[in-house]
Amino acid sequence: MTETNGAQVLRAAGLRKEFGELVAVDDVSFEIPPGQSLAIVGESGSGKTTIARMIVGLERPTHGTITVCGHDRSRPARSTRDRRRRGREVQIVFQDPYTSLDPRQSAEDTIDEVLRLHHGWPADRRRARTAELVDLVGLDTRQSRALPRSLSGGQRQRVAIARALAAEPAVLILDESVAALDVSIQAQVLNLLADIRDETHVSYVLISHDLAVVRQLTDEAIVLHRGKMVERGRTARVLDHPQHPYTQRLRASVPRPGWKPSRRDQPGGGEGNSVP
Amino acid sequence: MSDPATIAALESPGAAASAPLLEISGLSVMLEVNGTKRPVLRDVSLTVRPGEAVGLVGESGSGKTMTARAIDRLLPRGAEVQGSIRFGGSEVGALSGAGLRQYRNQVAMIFQDPRAHTNPVRRIGDFMTEALRTNLAVPAAEARRRAVDMLTQVGIDDGERRLRQYPHQMSGGMLQRIMIAAALLTKPRLLLADEPTTALDVTTQAEVMAILDDLRRGFGLAMLFITHDLELAAAICDRTAVMYAGQVVEVRTSALLHSDPLHPYTAALAAARPDITQTAHRLRAIPGRPLSAFEAPPGECAFAPRCPHAKDVCRTAVPGLVNLDGGMSRCARAHELRSHLGDAPHD
Repeated sequence: MTETNGAQVLRAAGLRKEFGELVAVDDVSFEIPPGQSLAIVGESGSGKTTIARMIVGLERPTHGTITVCGHDRSRPARSTRDRRRRGREVQIVFQDPYTSLDPRQSAEDTIDEVLRLHHGWPADRRRARTAELVDLVGLDTRQSRALPRSLSGGQRQRVAIARALAAEPAVLILDESVAALDVSIQAQVLNLLADIRDETHVSYVLISHDLAVVRQLTDEAIVLHRGKMVERGRTARVLDHPQHPYTQRLRASVPRPGWKPSRRDQPGGGEGNSVP
Repeated sequence: MSDPATIAALESPGAAASAPLLEISGLSVMLEVNGTKRPVLRDVSLTVRPGEAVGLVGESGSGKTMTARAIDRLLPRGAEVQGSIRFGGSEVGALSGAGLRQYRNQVAMIFQDPRAHTNPVRRIGDFMTEALRTNLAVPAAEARRRAVDMLTQVGIDDGERRLRQYPHQMSGGMLQRIMIAAALLTKPRLLLADEPTTALDVTTQAEVMAILDDLRRGFGLAMLFITHDLELAAAICDRTAVMYAGQVVEVRTSALLHSDPLHPYTAALAAARPDITQTAHRLRAIPGRPLSAFEAPPGECAFAPRCPHAKDVCRTAVPGLVNLDGGMSRCARAHELRSHLGDAPHD
C-alpha cells in the first residue's frame, strides 16, 4: 500500500465544480481515515459522480482541494511520474462492466499491463501476482484468459476490480459498481469487496443510490442533494436516524414489506419534475 | 398440467368467485438464435383476476419480459408458441386485425425506458392521443381534452402546454408519468408494467409507484408488474410470481413472500439482498449465476445446481408447479422444506 503521510487517507476541502452556469458540486468537504470507507449517497444530478471524477483526476475542481495520502491532486499532474503515482493512490471501478473494459484484452493481459506500468516487475513476478489477483476476485483460469465478450456482467465487474487492485491503490472508488448486477451476483461481489478490504485495508469511496448496499460496505456516509452536502455521519446513524428532511425522504422511499408509497403531488397539486 | 381455473380457485378461496381476466397455461416459447431453436419460456402458467395486481419477479434472462411480450403478442418474428393465453375467456393467439387492435386497447403496456418508447420528433399530444383517434375514432379535440384530464390525474398540471412539448423537454420521471397517463387513456382492463421505475431515482420511483397504485385501484385495473426487485413487488402487488430459467417457480401472496416462501430460489433471493436495517458480516450469496431457459439442464430442476437444499430427487425430473399452502411451488422437496425456508438472519 502507498505510504500515508497524514492522519487521513483522503481529504476533500471546500470542493466546488461549475459547468458553465451550473454548480454541480457546492462546498463539499469530507475526510477518510485509513482503512475506513465512505459512502457518497445521492440521486441523479446530486453531484456524486462529479466528485468521483474529481478525485480520480478526470475533472478539475473549480475551487477546493483534494489530498490523497498527503499529496494534493486538485491540479493536473505535471509529469508522467506524478501521474503514475496518482494512479497508485486512487483507482476506480465504473458502473457499466460492458463498456469499461478493452474488448480486445483478456483479464490476464489487462492486469499484466497495470502491473508492468506501475510496478515495473519482471515477467515471472507479474505472472504470479496476476494469478493471485485473478484468484482473489474469484475468476477461474478459463475466464481469466477469455475476452470480455465471453464473460457475464458479474465476471466483467470482477475483472474491473482486479485491474483496479493491481495498482495497489490506497483508495478504491466504486461508482455504482454493483448497481447493474443481478441480486444473486451482487451479493457475491459485495462479499468479495468485504474480503478484499479485510485483506488489503484499502479504503472504499462507494458512490451509490442503493442504501442497503451503502449499509453493507461503508463506515461513514455523506448525503448529497443538488450538489450540496445535506447530511454527514456514521452510516448506521444516517440510515437509522436521518436528520435532514431530504435524507428522511430518501430513506422512506425504499420499498420494504408493508411499504405504501405516498403521493407528494395530489392531482392538481402542480409539482413537476420537468427539466428547467 | 392441472386446469388453471381450478388452480386459481385453490390459490385464494376468497377470490374464487371472479373468473380470471388473464389466464396463461402451459405457455412455452422457442426463439431461433443463429439457426438453432432455443427455449425462452418453459411451461409458464399464471392467472390475473380483474382488478388484481400480480408481480412477476426474476433476474436477467428469467423470461419475465418475454412473458409480457407473449401476452401483448409482441414476440419476435419466428417465435414458436405452445400453450394458451386467454383474455376475458378468448384465446389471444387466434386474434388478428380488428380483434387484435381491440385487444391491445384493453391491454396497455408501460416500459422501463420511456424515452426509447416515445418518438423524439413527435409531440407528447400526438403520442398520447394516437390510440384514441385511430383505434377508437375519438375526435381530436375530445382526445386532447381527455389527455389533459388524465395528465392532471398523474399529477401534471399544465397539460395543454405539455401536449405541445417534446419528450426531450421532460425528465425521466415526468415522461414515465406521461406514459402511464397515455396507457390509461384507452380505459384498458389490464396493465403490463415492465420495470416501469427501474431507471428512476428512488424518490421518483416512490412517486411514480404511488400514482400507478392510486390510479390502478381507482380504475379497477388489473396489473402484471414485472420487476427484478422482490421488495418492490411484495409491497405493490397482491400476489407475486417468481421466475427462474423461463419457468414460474413460485406463486405466493405477496405478504408471505419474505416471511414464508415456498421455493428455495425465492428464499435465497430474499436472503441475498443486503438489509438496510443491519450490516451483515457476510451476505448469503447464491453460488453460480442465474441461468437462461436454454442453459437449464434438461430433465432436472433448473435451480438444483445452485440450490442449498438439492438432493438426488431434484436431479431426476423437472418438478411441476403444484399447489401448496395457498400458493404454488415448483420444487420436488417443497413439502419437506416447509417451514425451513423463511426469514433467517444473515451471519
